[in-house]
Amino acid sequence: MTMTVPLLEVRDLSVTFRTEGVVTQAVRNVSFVLGRERLGIVGESGSGKSTTGRAVLGLVPAHGSVSASRLALNGEDLRHLTQHQWSRYRGRRMALVMQDPKFSLNPIMTVEKQITEAWRLHRRTTAAEARKHAAAMLEAVSIDDPERVLRLYPHQLSGGMGQRVMIAAMLIAEPELLIADEAISALDVTVGNEVLAILDRLVAERGMGLIFISHNLTAVAGLCDRVVVMYGGRVVEECAARDLAHARHPYTRALLAAAPSLDEPRASLASVVRDPAWLT
Amino acid sequence: MNPPMIAVQNLSVSFKGPHGPVSAVRDLSFAVEPGETFGIVGESGSGKSTVLRAIAGLVAASGGHIRMAGEALGLRRTKAQRSAMQMVFQDPYASLHPRHTVDRALQEPLAIHAIAEPERLITTAMADVDLDPALRFRYPHQLSGGQRQRVAIARALILSPKLLLLDEPTSALDVSVQAEVLNLFQTIRSTRALTSLLVSHDLAVVAHLCERVAVMQRGTLVEVLTAEALRRGEARHPYTHTLLAASRGYRRVGSPHEGMPLAPS
Ligand SMILES: Nc1ncnc2c1ncn2[C@@H]1O[C@H](COP(=O)(O)OP(=O)(O)OP(=O)(O)O)[C@@H](O)[C@H]1O
Ligand SMILES: Nc1ncnc2c1ncn2[C@@H]1O[C@H](COP(=O)(O)OP(=O)(O)OP(=O)(O)O)[C@@H](O)[C@H]1O
Ligand SMILES: [Mg+2]
Ligand SMILES: [Mg+2]
Repeated sequence: MTMTVPLLEVRDLSVTFRTEGVVTQAVRNVSFVLGRERLGIVGESGSGKSTTGRAVLGLVPAHGSVSASRLALNGEDLRHLTQHQWSRYRGRRMALVMQDPKFSLNPIMTVEKQITEAWRLHRRTTAAEARKHAAAMLEAVSIDDPERVLRLYPHQLSGGMGQRVMIAAMLIAEPELLIADEAISALDVTVGNEVLAILDRLVAERGMGLIFISHNLTAVAGLCDRVVVMYGGRVVEECAARDLAHARHPYTRALLAAAPSLDEPRASLASVVRDPAWLT
Repeated sequence: MNPPMIAVQNLSVSFKGPHGPVSAVRDLSFAVEPGETFGIVGESGSGKSTVLRAIAGLVAASGGHIRMAGEALGLRRTKAQRSAMQMVFQDPYASLHPRHTVDRALQEPLAIHAIAEPERLITTAMADVDLDPALRFRYPHQLSGGQRQRVAIARALILSPKLLLLDEPTSALDVSVQAEVLNLFQTIRSTRALTSLLVSHDLAVVAHLCERVAVMQRGTLVEVLTAEALRRGEARHPYTHTLLAASRGYRRVGSPHEGMPLAPS
């Protein structure tokens, strides 16, 4: 083994929220290492996938406390950054495509402004040049008429268009690390596959590291190299993506069995019977 | 014979654009029978949500007619029409007020329609979508994406509507919760008289729940086929074939392993 520094190291990451006296341990001792590869995170709703992604980018809200024995990008410790230092990492070096695109987009800003704003902060370019670049990004994510869409506000976009605008806004800065949280859930399968192809190329050709959080097991199995499975804030299984169909943990097996299939009709779907032992 | 629960005739919807009107839905017609679950699939931006919003009275049609159980729907929905139809939005933030707790979101429809026994209905509604009772006083931003969508579904079901307009109700859910919600829809369908329109990108979900499926592309309806025909790949329109092929999964460029449709065992 060569001693290269991994792109991202996460060790013993825990996140706890306190709301009105109720304590939620959203993430418990999560560890993983990411190279210039595609890592999938799957797991049930509320298992801490998004919170893990947000913690890596320093985006956990103030009432949440984050701890880790290591959190590093290219060997640089991220644990004690000030807000100002975080903002220099985010956008330029690491980016997050958030779940719920419409909520993450600014409702009173046009698509053009949302895509170009962050980018222009880091680069000296003219408005016309930025606009051209933004239109090209929209075209890359299969938006038919970028010129029209650049002028729209978020409420005028369809669900899948909002999601692609968000992806375009994050990719324009060419980050080293991209966390895509449910980034294709609002897209039709053809456009969804095109977005997967873009992410795939960025990893293969530019050496970007990708964390792909998704409920879509077919997409994860097709795109990713490795998969971690979360349950109750913990990583319960890690396997090669190609082996996902043969995963061993009972929760992962139950997940696979719960999906409806186009080939074989099923009267009712298997539901996951949760075992308290999975939490220990 | 009973009239269809929903009959859409030559529906067109257009929006104001920078260079004049942009048409989002063009000359669309279909009918959904009482008790049927009717699916709509298609391209992103093809007008699926717009069709549901036009039925719900949230956008105005620029042409055509919509009838509900034989009654022509005008520009405004009456109170009775509003409680008879409920919509679950694609984006749960659109149906949940950011400063209202789960409890308040579920109380509100009951209060508007002066329903007795709110306490019992709220407890059942939360249990039906498998929401932990401990989440009852949380705000939307304190919930995970899937928990938020389940609140939206519970809210839509709490008034026992006759018509459900479901816009991607399960795309924010993990497959285990999705299975519970899909099973729930099936139970409700067999125990209550409920007609549903279901928009989804997941052909397996649509084939699982629906009798018939409409396929949309660029504002038009390209074909309507049965779920069995969809499963067997017996589509007439090339776009439907493209969708079916894409559903088989993503194949990596120069992939070391085959893109695989997960065969659940
Ligand atoms: N800001 C917050 N305040 C309080 N609790 C929170 C907050 N954000 C998340 N949580 C809680 O933390 C847990 C993990 O949430 P998270 O959003 O990470 O789940 P997830 O795995 O992304 O789920 P989903 O698949 O539904 O998006 C949940 O129980 C959630 O209710
Ligand atoms: N309020 C609005 N103002 C302007 N244009 C709009 C508005 N709402 C929708 N549109 C446009 O109408 C078209 C159809 O949008 P719609 O939301 O119905 O698509 P969809 O089929 O639901 O797509 P998706 O699968 O991505 O959600 C899109 O081109 C969209 O930009
Ligand atoms: Mg999430
Ligand atoms: Mg839509």
